[in-house]
Formats: sequence, C-alpha cells, structure tokens
Amino acid sequence: MRSGAAAVALAATAALLAGCSSSGGKTDDPLSGGKAGDGTVVVGSNNFPESILLADVYGEALKAKGVKVEYKPNIGSRETTYGLLKNGSITVLPEYNGALLAYLDKKAAPKSVAATTAAVSAKLAPKLALLNPSPAEDKDSVTVNAATAQKYHLTSSSSIADLKDAAQDLVIGGSPEFQTRQQGLEGLKSVYGLHFKSFKALDAGGPLTQAALKKNLVQAADLFTTDPTVTKEKFVVLQDPKNLFGFENVQPLVHKPGLDRKGTDALNAVSAKLDTAALLKLDTQVQTQDKDPLEVAKAWLKSEGLA
Amino acid sequence: MNVLHFVNAFFGDGSHWHGYDGIPARLAEHLRYSLIALALAAAIGLPVGLLTGHYGRGGNTLALIATAGRALPSFGLLVLMFILLGFGLVPVMIPLVVLAVPPILVTTYEAVRSVDPAPVDAARGMGMAESRVLFRVELPVALPLILSGLRSAAIQIVSTATIAAYVSLGGLGRYIVDGLYQRDYEKVVGGATLVAVLALATLALFWAVARWAVSPGVRRSG
Amino acid sequence: MNRFFDLPSDLQHSWFGLIGLHLREALLPVLAGLLAALPIAQLCVRFRWLYPPVLGLTTVLYAIPSLAFFVVLIDYTGQTELTVMIPLAVYSLVVLVPAIVDGVRSVPQETLAAATAMGLGPVRRYLQVQLPIAVPAIIAGLRVATVSSISLVSVGMLIGNQGALGNLLNDANIYHRPELAVNSVLTTAVLAILADGALVLLRLLLTPWMPRRTGRPARVAEAARPDTATPADAAVPALEDAAR
Repeated sequence: MRSGAAAVALAATAALLAGCSSSGGKTDDPLSGGKAGDGTVVVGSNNFPESILLADVYGEALKAKGVKVEYKPNIGSRETTYGLLKNGSITVLPEYNGALLAYLDKKAAPKSVAATTAAVSAKLAPKLALLNPSPAEDKDSVTVNAATAQKYHLTSSSSIADLKDAAQDLVIGGSPEFQTRQQGLEGLKSVYGLHFKSFKALDAGGPLTQAALKKNLVQAADLFTTDPTVTKEKFVVLQDPKNLFGFENVQPLVHKPGLDRKGTDALNAVSAKLDTAALLKLDTQVQTQDKDPLEVAKAWLKSEGLA
Repeated sequence: MNVLHFVNAFFGDGSHWHGYDGIPARLAEHLRYSLIALALAAAIGLPVGLLTGHYGRGGNTLALIATAGRALPSFGLLVLMFILLGFGLVPVMIPLVVLAVPPILVTTYEAVRSVDPAPVDAARGMGMAESRVLFRVELPVALPLILSGLRSAAIQIVSTATIAAYVSLGGLGRYIVDGLYQRDYEKVVGGATLVAVLALATLALFWAVARWAVSPGVRRSG
Repeated sequence: MNRFFDLPSDLQHSWFGLIGLHLREALLPVLAGLLAALPIAQLCVRFRWLYPPVLGLTTVLYAIPSLAFFVVLIDYTGQTELTVMIPLAVYSLVVLVPAIVDGVRSVPQETLAAATAMGLGPVRRYLQVQLPIAVPAIIAGLRVATVSSISLVSVGMLIGNQGALGNLLNDANIYHRPELAVNSVLTTAVLAILADGALVLLRLLLTPWMPRRTGRPARVAEAARPDTATPADAAVPALEDAAR
C-alpha cells in the first residue's frame, strides 16, 4: 500500500514535469530550433547590448517581410558564435567586418571596406557569407580615463603608440577574449609594441569595463567607439594610425542555406540605411535612456520605411 | 580521452606557471578568497551554533535561517551584490558566506544538542561552570560532527569561489570564464581540474585534522 | 521598482514563462538523477565492495564547478537547456546515491527477516518494505538536490541565456536595472523554499507512521562517527546541504 502511494506520488511528479516541459513552448525549444530547416531564420547575437539591438533590427526587418524569425540573444563571444553559424544553429548574426577578419586571419591589413569584405569572404567557412556592409562603424579601441590622459598628456589626437613608455605601468581591461585576440593584447604587442603591466578581464565593452575605467581599476580599456559613456565620463579614445582595429562596419554574417533571396534583400536594405550616427542614436536610447532594444529597433525600422 | 589531453596541454605549457595569470598566482587568489569566506562563516556559525546548541533553544529559528540561506542562489546574489556594491571582494564574500553559514550553523547546533546528556549532567554535578561544561565536555564530544559541517562548507566555498571571475576577480575561476569566452578548452579543463584537486585536498585536510584533533575516547565511543 | 516585472525583450519570456523554464531546467535533472540513483544505489547495497569506488567517483564529479561542466558539454549538446540539465542531473545523482544507500541499509535485519517470513520475494520486499522505510532518507537527499539544482540553473546564463531566471542577471547588469537582479534572486529563492516545503509535505504523506517533527536525529547519529568510517564514507556528509 505504501509503495502504491509512493508510485502515485512519483507518477504525479512525472506528470507535473511533463506538463512543465510542454508548456515551455515550441518555438523556444533550442533543440527543435537548432537547424533552420523549416524556413525559420535564427537571428543570434553576441553578449553585449549593441549586438542584441542589431539582432533585433535585422530580425524585425525580416519579420516585416514575412520571414519566420527566432532570436537567440546574448550567446557569448565571436569564438562561440562563429562555430554556431558554421553548423547552422544560427542563420544570421550581426558582425563587424574588421573584427571578424582579425579572428579569421591575424595578419590581414586591408585598406578599404570592400577589401575587408573580400578578405573575410576568402577565409569564410564554405556555407557562410557576408552580406553588404552598412556604413555604420563601431570599432574596438584603446581608451584611457581622464586621470590617465592628464597624467600622460594624452588627448583625442594622441595615438596608441604614445603609450609605449607608459604601458608598463598601466593595467588594461577588456573582455576575456581580448586577452588572446589579434585585435587585443596580441595585436597591441605585435603592432604597437605595447607591454601592459597586466590585463584585467571584464566584459565586452559593457558595464564592467565602463565602471572599471571610471574607477581607475584599469587605466586603459577596450571600449566601443559608439559607447555613449565615452563622452559622459570624459574618456579619451586613442587614435589607431596602424589600423589594428581596421574597418569595423556592421555587416550581417549568414549561414547561406538558411536564408532565401527575400531575406537577403531585407537585410541588405537595413544595412544600406544604417550609418554610424543612427547606430549611436539607437545605442544611446537603449544604454542610457532605458528603452527596450526591440522597441527601439521597431521604431527605427518604421521611421526608415523598412517595416 | 581528450579531456586528459587538455589537462596535459594545460599543465605542460610553461607560460601557465608564472605571472599574474599563472597557476601559482591564481591558486593563491583562490585560496585567499576561500579562507576569508570560511573564516567569516565560521566566525558567525560556530559561536551561534555552540550557544544555541548548549542551551537547546532556537532550533526552529536556525532551521529557518538555514533554509533561507540554502535557497538564495549564489550566482544571483553575486551579480546583485556586484551591481549594488561595485568591484571588490565584498560582493564575492557575501554569497560565499551565505552559502557556508547554514552547514556550519546547523551541524554545530545539532552536534552539541546530540551530546549524551549523562556526562553533561555529571559535569554540572561536579560543579563545572556552564562555559566549562560547553568547552570541556560538550565541545570535544561534538567535535567530529562540527568538523564535518566545516568541511562541507569549505568544499562548497572552494567550488563556488570560481564565480568570482564573472565579476572580474581572480582565482581559478578565471581560467574557466576566460576559457569560455576564448573558446579555449585547455583553460576550462585545466581550471576545473585545479578546483577539483583543491576540493579533494580540502577533504583530505579535514580528515587529517579530525584524526589529530578528535580525542581517542570520543573516537572509540562513536 | 515599478518595472520589477517589466522584462527586457531579449529574454523572450514573461516572468511566469521564466519560472516555468526554471522549474523545468531544475526539476527534470533531479528526476533523472533519482531514476538513475535508485538502481545504482541498489547495486551498491547488494555488492558492498562497489560502494566506496562509486562514492569516490561521485565525489570527484561533484567537485567540478558547474560552469566548467557546462562549457565542456557545449561541444556535444550545444548551447541548450540540455547542457545545463546534464550536470545538474549528475549533481543530483551524487547527492541521492549515498542518501538512498544509507536509507536502504538502515532497514533493520529483523524487518527484512519478517518480510521474508511473510513470503515476500526480493522484488516485493524491496518495493514494499525497504524503499518505503528509506523514504525519509531519500526525501532528505531530494531536498538537498532540488534546492541546489534550482540555485545552479542561474549559472546557465553564461552559456547563451540558458539560465532561465538567471538570464535576468545579465540584463540587470547591461541595462543598469538592479531590480531585475533582485527579481531573479528573490524568485529563485522562493521557488527553492516552495519546492523544499513540497518535499517535506510529500514525506509526511508518504510516511504517516513517522513522528511529525523528526527525521533528522537518525542522520545525525550516523554522521556523528565519521572517524570509524572509511575516508570515502567520510565524504558523504560533505556532499549534503550543498547549494553551489
């Protein structure tokens, strides 16, 4: 009798759990949505606010053209997302052409946006393609805080090379992946000959990096050039005369078999309208005016006649 | 087995053995976080547990505190404390101490409570003061169980201190978090191995301490 | 605080949706762990020599931090819920095996003999006598495993928003909205307390012959003599009350 009660309890628990799992919804089950075989386009994003915003912009533009879209936001670093694109787990990812090139080919130093796209395309895995680049640029940078700028007499016309003597006394911060990237510590060493005192792993140009630079826990950091906090906190972005951070146009990277002509056209139409000023405006709405990225994306698409 | 291959590669790489990101430095940081957290948790849990156990009061309150402490998610607490307090050791210590206090508190309380009342009464009959009853009679008998509570807390701290890396601190978690973002399995597996070894070393240490500190009479009577 | 339940769009779920997701990611592994632990524990009871090596292995598995476990699994199971659930199932298994073994072993020899004398075969004896008597110990293990599992799901946030309520933490950070982190911590804690309470109720229902207020003294008496046990046995209490 007791075991009967135990069996009933167990069965009830199992039923409850089964109930939970079916109520979880179909579209968000990552296992079913893994391959984009049923015409659903999976739009992914990296783990920083601008990437999530751009995924919304491109994704909503696809939706407006009647494409079925599923989002996979906040995945992680390029080191992870590139692999997911390669195996088709995600179909579209807003990329930055120069950073992607540095990831694929450490030595490349193209002189134009078109050359960057060509160089990336030559190195891409077979099923991947870059669509048209947008004029919008958002670069990684070496940015110093106000105190450091004052101490070493750095202004917005100073270059990264001017840190040569100071670097050994400075802690530089950035995302964990900055530590091993060409567009990171490696490039700063090989291209500019900079050897920093140490590296502090923070996040991809996000709140940790902003706060650490402000509090002088790091004296220099990798911030994005579209970061609204740069002007707010009087940070100084150093010039990059040797073009380590290259061209950084927003450019969708796609898994070709998952996207048809209609989708490609929709994404290219967005890229044609997106310039740096627009991107900065959208970033500011999300990062300092507390607006939801999806709403910001929809409003912008509407104002541009894209949705 | 590729995991073993990663372990080999990680420990075989000479550059992993020196500098601010080297194994000795990260291990020292991890030990430092763990020891501070354990000391803080013991400073809270031991006296409260000993006193409540001795006087046999507050068991229900302790159970409630312990349940609440266990229910609070360490990772969530870490991020929340980081958002509220900013960089530093404090946002990391709060979740670790919250994690470690319940096992210390509850086991200490139960250890003292479950001491055979006969010798305790005998000690009182001999005219021992309450403090002497607690420290000379109850504590030695309760020690094995108290140590097991401390050990449980220590293991959890060592394993959980890895999350400090998410808010930019050091420790062995650095290898795991960096490895995740750099897609470098060597680092992840190497870091995890170091944490596991440290946890097992903690087990061994507590076993040795128990051997050395527990009175032979208590050991036999168990 | 007026935006406490106003969740950012990138979470793609309402608050209740996240709760459902969180419960699924936390409880399915405990159930899987239990289903795997029952036969393993039975083997350990039948073949005593098996128990120390099993305990040793599970202790090592338990010492591996969850995040490392997740990251290594990504290669095989992708950035999915499954990647979060597998380690949680392993941790549950590790907590439950010793709990069940100790519970089943605590059945007195006379009781077993009486059952045999009543004509019960080994299977019925296990299902009708040993397992019910072991229920308090099993539930004690389940409580630890469940609370720890609910807490650990949040870490899944780091592998591409697979942390259900934990995903709120990242958005709290990047959108400067501390109330989302408060929401995450409180909701998770309340879920853990409710699940814990449900298991206590379940034990009361399943073991009406037990006095209402106890259930612990037996465990204390057992744990009170770690030094007479083998080192591997001594590891058991270290695994209890865990909530990394």
